[in-house]
Amino acid sequence: MNKLISLLSGIIFGIGLVISEMINPQKVLGFLDIFGNWDPSLAFVMIGALTVSLPMFHIIKKKEKPLFEEKFDYSNNKNIDQRLILGSILFGAGWGLGGLCPGPAISSLALLNFYSISFVISMFIGFYFVKLLDSTTQAR
Amino acid sequence: MNIVNFTPISSLTGGIIIGFAVLIFFLFNGRLIGISGIASNFINREEKRLDNFLFLVGLIIGPIFYKLFFNKEIYINISNSFILLIIAGLLVGFGTRISGGCTSGHGISGISRFSLRSLIATITFMIVGVITVLIKNYL
Repeated sequence: MNKLISLLSGIIFGIGLVISEMINPQKVLGFLDIFGNWDPSLAFVMIGALTVSLPMFHIIKKKEKPLFEEKFDYSNNKNIDQRLILGSILFGAGWGLGGLCPGPAISSLALLNFYSISFVISMFIGFYFVKLLDSTTQAR
Repeated sequence: MNIVNFTPISSLTGGIIIGFAVLIFFLFNGRLIGISGIASNFINREEKRLDNFLFLVGLIIGPIFYKLFFNKEIYINISNSFILLIIAGLLVGFGTRISGGCTSGHGISGISRFSLRSLIATITFMIVGVITVLIKNYL
């Protein structure tokens, strides 16, 4: 059953990305263009998502365990370090250049658009670089 | 500053739906959604590979379901050059793995659990995103 939930959560998330238009890079770039022709819409995506997820997280985490698994499994990393800041700067630059972040990029594969497919491939190469970097420096 | 193309209702609706996806995944499977984490763990880790794979498949079928049910086309507009997109993809992949999260992992899940780390990450990538667009528009 938990496999079905994984699939279902992905589907719902993907539909949310389409309805909110997060999937459209033009919309994202409009949101980031505060000093030009600003489209503040996407702030409402975050407000909408947090309105549901923030209170529900604090209610659900009090449960002994999730419904289909033996235990809760989420990061409790509290490190505020150079990696966090440097990584966020690089991500922000990539987001501003392309107008795509990981979720919308993967969802847009459904549209079989050559550009979004290329973006996703290079994003996965980026993920893999970090794995190589970490295994050589043994930072983790 | 000019406000253009403002669509608060559809954005809010889509956001609420995204919030429900986070809620369901957490309530049933005990995990918080972060797409960059799910996607990179899918290629880099054995653990929960099938769950991660199914989630990613869901992300891709979501838009297809939307098209079938609402009978609407999905328009996306990518005006960037190919080279710029490849660079952007590398930066997004590399950056989100170094910082441990993206718009969903830090911006939604992290902030939901009151993680200061995620709040700082979110503010940082938003500010840098704004600066990047500003610079790009003036070049």
